[in-house]
Amino acid sequence: MKIEILNDKFDPWEAIVEYKRNDLQNNPSIGASSVFLGTVRDFNDDEKVESLFLEHYPEMTEKYLSQLVNEAIKKHKIIDGLVIHRVGNLKPTDPIVVVATWSEHRASAFDATRDIMESLKSEAPFWKKENNGKGFKWVKPADSSNIENEES
Amino acid sequence: MNICVKYFASIRDEMGIETKNIQVCEDLSVNDLLNQLIKNESIARTALVAVNHKYVDRNFKLKDGDEVAFFPPVTGG
Repeated sequence: MKIEILNDKFDPWEAIVEYKRNDLQNNPSIGASSVFLGTVRDFNDDEKVESLFLEHYPEMTEKYLSQLVNEAIKKHKIIDGLVIHRVGNLKPTDPIVVVATWSEHRASAFDATRDIMESLKSEAPFWKKENNGKGFKWVKPADSSNIENEES
Repeated sequence: MNICVKYFASIRDEMGIETKNIQVCEDLSVNDLLNQLIKNESIARTALVAVNHKYVDRNFKLKDGDEVAFFPPVTGG
């Protein structure tokens, strides 16, 4: 398992290939690889997004992501999983998050990747602040009506 | 007892402080602490709470040396 939180821009495809080659040693039991990649859009609802800032809780976030991947390994019986998430300043088209899982069969890889990603979105301690060209404002989750801003 | 309180994201902006160490009485719950510290009702209602880097519910009882973090609903990914 690999969990990484990065301050700088990264190449998600290179990271996945490198992990599979080096850490999984191209394990021949792997029959399925599933990848989710999230990137920064240049709009949110009716507003443009020029850039965003991502904050996290260093002592908690990495542990929480490890917990999500361990739960997915147990629940879906996948062989392994990887999560890389950006923090700091990002611009449209930059990768924000990559989730990759490896399993014997496709169903468990698809399900595990989705489970990890959905839990990450709703539970992992990260917060986005968007710059719409007029200033920064905090993003609110899609199902929240109590904070002033909208989610990307 | 002594505890360390941390605020993140919009709650930190609202509170105007990132971290503070405070003395509180024994047998204090997370909800008691939240009501003492955060006066904005909307923020208090939606705040998530972690103690020593793990999510806890509002009834969780604090102990000496705990690190309590208050933060808004998360928006990663």
